[in-house]
Amino acid sequence: MSNATASVEGLTDARQFVTIRIGGQLFGVPISSVNEVFVPDCITPVPLAPREIDGVLNLRGRIVTMIDMRRLLGLSDSSVARMAVGIERTGEAFALLIDGVGDVLLLDDSTHESNPPNLEEDWIQFSEGVHRLEGELLVLLDVERVLATVGSSARVAA
Amino acid sequence: MDDLLREFLTETSESLDVADVELVKFETDPNNRDILNNIFRLVHTIKGTCGFIGLVRLAGLAHAAETLMDEFRNGRPVTTGAVGLILRTVDRIKAILTEIEHADGIEPAGSDEDLISELEAEVARTDVVADAPPPPPVADKPLIVQERETLPGEVPLDELERMFRETAVEVKAPAAKPAAAPVAAPVAAAVAAPAAAPAAKATADAPPASTGNDSTSVANQTIRVNVSVLEHLMTMVSELVLTRNQLMEISRRNEDSEYKSPLQRLSTVTGELQEAVMRTRMQPIGNAWQKLPRIVRDLAQDLGKQIELEQHGAETDLDRQVLDQIKDPLTHMVRNSADHGLEMPAARRAAGKPDKGTIRLSAYHEGGHVILEISDDGRGLDVERIKVKAVENGLCSEADAARMTDAQAFRYIFHAGFSTAAAVTSVSGRGVGMDVVRCNIESIGGTIDVRSKRGEGTTFIIKIPLTLAIVPALIVESTGERFALPQTSVVELVRVRADSEHSLSFIKHAHVLRLRDRLLPIVDLGTVMNLSCHWGERPEGELIVVMQVGSHRFGVVVDSVLHTEEIVVKPLSTVLRSVSLVSGSTILGDGRVIMIIDPNGLADLAANRADKAADAVADQQKAASEADSDATSLLLCRAGPQGMKAVPLALVTRLEELEASQVEIVSDRSVAQYRGTLIPIVYANDQVERKTTGKQPLLIFSEGQRTMGLVVDEIVDIVETEFDLKLSSAAPEVMGGAIINDIATEVLDVAYFMQEAFGESFDIPLTRAANERAGRLLLVDGNAFHRAMLEPVLKGNGYSVTACASANEALEKLSGDLRFDAVVSEVDMPGVDGFCFAERVRGELHMESLPIIAMAAGRNPESIERGRVAGFTDYVAKFDRTGLIAALREFAVHEDEEKAA
Repeated sequence: MSNATASVEGLTDARQFVTIRIGGQLFGVPISSVNEVFVPDCITPVPLAPREIDGVLNLRGRIVTMIDMRRLLGLSDSSVARMAVGIERTGEAFALLIDGVGDVLLLDDSTHESNPPNLEEDWIQFSEGVHRLEGELLVLLDVERVLATVGSSARVAA
Repeated sequence: MDDLLREFLTETSESLDVADVELVKFETDPNNRDILNNIFRLVHTIKGTCGFIGLVRLAGLAHAAETLMDEFRNGRPVTTGAVGLILRTVDRIKAILTEIEHADGIEPAGSDEDLISELEAEVARTDVVADAPPPPPVADKPLIVQERETLPGEVPLDELERMFRETAVEVKAPAAKPAAAPVAAPVAAAVAAPAAAPAAKATADAPPASTGNDSTSVANQTIRVNVSVLEHLMTMVSELVLTRNQLMEISRRNEDSEYKSPLQRLSTVTGELQEAVMRTRMQPIGNAWQKLPRIVRDLAQDLGKQIELEQHGAETDLDRQVLDQIKDPLTHMVRNSADHGLEMPAARRAAGKPDKGTIRLSAYHEGGHVILEISDDGRGLDVERIKVKAVENGLCSEADAARMTDAQAFRYIFHAGFSTAAAVTSVSGRGVGMDVVRCNIESIGGTIDVRSKRGEGTTFIIKIPLTLAIVPALIVESTGERFALPQTSVVELVRVRADSEHSLSFIKHAHVLRLRDRLLPIVDLGTVMNLSCHWGERPEGELIVVMQVGSHRFGVVVDSVLHTEEIVVKPLSTVLRSVSLVSGSTILGDGRVIMIIDPNGLADLAANRADKAADAVADQQKAASEADSDATSLLLCRAGPQGMKAVPLALVTRLEELEASQVEIVSDRSVAQYRGTLIPIVYANDQVERKTTGKQPLLIFSEGQRTMGLVVDEIVDIVETEFDLKLSSAAPEVMGGAIINDIATEVLDVAYFMQEAFGESFDIPLTRAANERAGRLLLVDGNAFHRAMLEPVLKGNGYSVTACASANEALEKLSGDLRFDAVVSEVDMPGVDGFCFAERVRGELHMESLPIIAMAAGRNPESIERGRVAGFTDYVAKFDRTGLIAALREFAVHEDEEKAA
């Protein structure tokens, strides 16, 4: 689908991103890494787990580990109803808990910028750069890094 | 890698495993033609297929081995060396196979000239030997087992034709073409390379039915299924079980629904399906034993022992996953038995046993478990050496060691870094191993125990669950969250109310449950899970799940117990594996995910008394209170009608029952026979009943060579507590009083009783007290109780004592006041220890001549030497008060006199 759109418009380096909002900031996640978007329900907390792991839930018979993006990015918890973006990595199911999901955007390199140097350390490690959109900026979320970091901090906690 | 090659690799490695076992059998039974032919056929098949697939190295090796084996078939005497050579060839083939697997089907470069030339040399040597006995007549046709003949790939046509020409009988064997349908084609099974023509002849002559190999007879009825297919099937069944549970949950809520009876049927079928699928995952435990005969044979050769390996119950089924987990521990334990367990032949002969030692493996089902026993008829475990080791390694004190039973002592062999092997051999003795074995077994929910009798052998008993995939669990609730407790660890449920017979006690922040005659540590599930604590807030009393892991028994406080359920274990994602108290998760009937509690984690927590229950405030209190005191174990007992008496547990060697008739009166003193000697018996006070019949509890105290018994009325309890000892002089046998568990308790002075029992010989002379001061002593001991116990003794001997709780305090006192005659210091102190303390006294305060006497719980040569280097003048055992006084008299008095002079 993404390839088809790209070839029609002749933009070979364009990629599709699912836009998500975390604490007011717009992020983009490559559509290829997103399995599904769902409303989380009945999350079971995992005692003694790292802080950024909100818990696990049963998604059609699979056990999904929920990562609270607000906590990971150092934002305060919010009471807003949340959404989840399901991601699969090395056979395990994860989901990022976020504030909301927006449109799917087709973005190419022309609007891409590298990370601003004054971006906070916490954020730089999860950001693959910034896209200039009309009216606001979109931070490209490095999903691999997010998942890897959660794993490593779990090890530290243990 | 193509299918053909993959199939070849699987087949060949299986064949080789069989060959391994068969070769070892063959060595002991060289006249058994069936075995020989079986091996020959296996190697022959490998050779044929290798040649066909184009694996030159393998074909060459197999050919050389085959040639040698053909010599055996022609009557060449079988030697250990020759069998060893073939075994080495098999090993080499295995190694090459592994490399082929990794290199995606490409045979690794290298040469096997060394082995091949050895094999050829062996063959050449045989020619000479074989000349003497006439080769057996050709009529002596060997029997060959054909059923399992499996050939990856097709047989070249010309080969086949040649074989048909050469053979009179056709052998029916299923040609297992990897990709083709299993059509049984009349194919003569062996792919004969030209060099193996005689072999082919022999092979083909054999009738298909043979008794040579028992495991092959069912081969026709089995098919090979990929493990991943089974795993998938298992997952699907698990899902089905979950859905079934969900439906059952709904039907439980809706009474008299019409779904009820079909649902019941669905439930039954699901249950059966689950069982059937579980069975496909089952494998006989013999699969895990397969490599053992070879290992034992090699070990026997290396060690120069004769070992027989007996196997019983090899057909006992076990889940594949479990089987994989126990393979390594099992191998390790068999090695252990062969190395330390069995003696050398000479030693065995001397002990009146046959030269040949036996290692016996047996397996059987018991309940939902498989029991595995590994026993040997060797020398047995050396309890004394284990105890010495345990004390040396600081695992227990000498007093504990003297008190513990053999079974308790044996358990130390499962501790990390514990090896009693006198020498490290290539096989074992490095002290890693048994703890790893225990960990492996416990990680799959199993337990391990050991029984041993000196000189008769050792038996390890392993109890493991049949499967890990589906476990019965108790669903409990704590602080609004549900958790699953594996039922294999649950012993019983107890409700504790204010008026019930079981009661909860607090010892500092640790909660304990008095359940019948035992004290169990208690953990609150909500608290350890960092949820919240409802401790003591439940009006209906506390609900406690008593669990047992290995030898640890403990209680878990929960809010409510819901029901039991067969749960399907779902592993947590890798990022959550490190959570120590959770072993996995499962989906309940209502679709919620709940955590499965890891009983091992809880047990560790309960055992360590690392009560995470303590919130921040409690932690602070702890930190504050830890500074100046710590808990002491006391034995509570009754002596006389009034009050409770206590004795420091560390001083008690053993608790016994005294038969009243055993007491004899010898020159006005009561004595009794104890372990072959007469020991003096002292009654705790005048009010203790002097029974004339029946039994009475007896506390045994030992100090050095002396042992005495103290008679009391009743032994009440053992508590670990800290207390404030108030010295009193009410009675000579009482050291002082203290409040223990809200009861006024008198602490008995064991030294007094010792003196009573041994009279003058154990005298602590009080003469100096009347005279002038013997000297000024500085007593340094981190333990408040020990200070309280030692102070009066020292004062009683005429010393003026200044007690300090820490080395730092002592250093301060010493630097401010130079008139101390001697220092008595404990070695194991928190913070600055005794060694550091002594060094600083000598180094920083420049008190080179001040006698410093060390008191230590354990006395071993290293620590004594270390103490000498650090600057201790003398070294006495912690409770050896006579020794201490003697040392003080020798050094401190000397000093005193010097000063006087």
